[in-house]
Amino acid sequence: MAMDGPAAGAAIDALYRRESRRVFAILVRVLGDFERAEEGLHEAFRAALEQWPASGMPANPVAWLVSAGRFKVIDALRRERRFTAWDDAAEAALAVADTSPGPGEAVLLEDDRLRLIFTCCHPSLAEEARVALTLREVCGLATEEIARAFLVPAPTLAQRIVRAKAKIRAARIPYEVPERDALPARLPAVLRTIYLVFNEGYSATAGDDLMRRDLSEEAIRLARLVRDLLPEPEVAGLLALMLLQESRRAARSDARGDLVTLEDQDRALWDRARIAEGCTLTRLALATGPAGPYAIQAAIAAVHAEAASVAATDWPQIVGLYDVLLHLEPSPVVELNRAVAVAMRDGAAAGLALVDALAARGELERYHLLHAARADLCRRLGRTAEAALAYRRALELAQQAPERRLLRDRLEALG
Amino acid sequence: MKYLCLVYLSKDAWNACPDDHCHEFASALAASGRMIAAEPLHPVDTATTVRVRNGQVTMTDGPFAETKEMLAGFYLVDARDLNEAVQIAAQIPPAKNGSIEVRPVRTLDVPALRGA
Repeated sequence: MAMDGPAAGAAIDALYRRESRRVFAILVRVLGDFERAEEGLHEAFRAALEQWPASGMPANPVAWLVSAGRFKVIDALRRERRFTAWDDAAEAALAVADTSPGPGEAVLLEDDRLRLIFTCCHPSLAEEARVALTLREVCGLATEEIARAFLVPAPTLAQRIVRAKAKIRAARIPYEVPERDALPARLPAVLRTIYLVFNEGYSATAGDDLMRRDLSEEAIRLARLVRDLLPEPEVAGLLALMLLQESRRAARSDARGDLVTLEDQDRALWDRARIAEGCTLTRLALATGPAGPYAIQAAIAAVHAEAASVAATDWPQIVGLYDVLLHLEPSPVVELNRAVAVAMRDGAAAGLALVDALAARGELERYHLLHAARADLCRRLGRTAEAALAYRRALELAQQAPERRLLRDRLEALG
Repeated sequence: MKYLCLVYLSKDAWNACPDDHCHEFASALAASGRMIAAEPLHPVDTATTVRVRNGQVTMTDGPFAETKEMLAGFYLVDARDLNEAVQIAAQIPPAKNGSIEVRPVRTLDVPALRGA
């Protein structure tokens, strides 16, 4: 059925937004190379814009686009072969092209999205490169958008992506989902990348707010995608953790954009649907396997989410969960969080003793939240002079404007 | 695809891995058909660095750069992809005492070596 021009344009536009990353993921496998897949994607949509207004949209548009993209690139490769340097990747692309089944058969596997994620999050790539590459290639964000979200110049970010792609190609990082026995070694890098994307959107409030919210949503979408195809307990744990944290977004800052601490948040603003989903996933993650660090962190967030107030929170359970987390993943930051929970369970003096012991070790000397936590506990104990000193130290180290405003308010409130 | 696995060791770990372990591993790897070559090296104090500048050959004692870990040997392997190369590298006995740098081998970009 033929469509008139504007209607076809709108339909193709919608299809691009919905399916272009899927088409891209399939083309990476079929063509064996990121650059060629990108080229194929553009050629395919260009062909669709030319042909569909007259011929109508095909029954299986994704298959049509993959086929068109593949054909255009291979055609170009055959021509190029006569003129320029030839390489392994091109050879591989032609080899695959000549033998693989046509689209519509085994080619249209949703697995390709997962392959793409595992390739972009390969542990041999630097962490910042993984994050940039995942947002660019898996989520389809523009380089400029990613650069803006991470507050780095666009050329720097573009360079990061180019270098990572060059490494994938030269070192031949395979385009595959690891075998079951290699999964424990590979999945953490994927989950960590997703969580970094989420945190960039959640923790930092500098920069473009809308963009940051999108990052958190992208991270949640990625985790859902991974979970659909790979229902491991830690994937459920990470998804639960992000949903539970995201559920508090509306309550986390006030009308002026200032941070509101957990203690002062209006819990009526918490997103109940996300909390319900997060809690269900947390239980699932804890029930289906040995609890990993994400599932435990999700459990901590779930205890907060289900409490009516700070006072009504089950602090003994939170301390217990931090003990488990410390056992799984020893870290001074987790120790600090545990100390704050102990202060809620046993009183500020008990918490302060732990924070002081931690401070004496020096590892967190440059971590502003150590000093902020110490300041809060001193304030609660009426040790005003010490509290003021610690707030000043925290202010010297804090980078984000809303965090600095909160610290300054607290310091001023001491009188 | 070829990968060069460079074995780096610090001075104190230089002799930590017994020769018979290395021999055993190299023999097994060779039998699997994935090893192209492998050699251990004498320490860097036996090294000579050679340069040619303006047609003049100059020699200096020691390696080009002083680093904490020094090149102690290499394995040139044939692997399907980086994952397989890393898998091999992780089994190289001195990986436990030092580190292994895995580098993909490239083909010279000259007409004689191009595919078609």
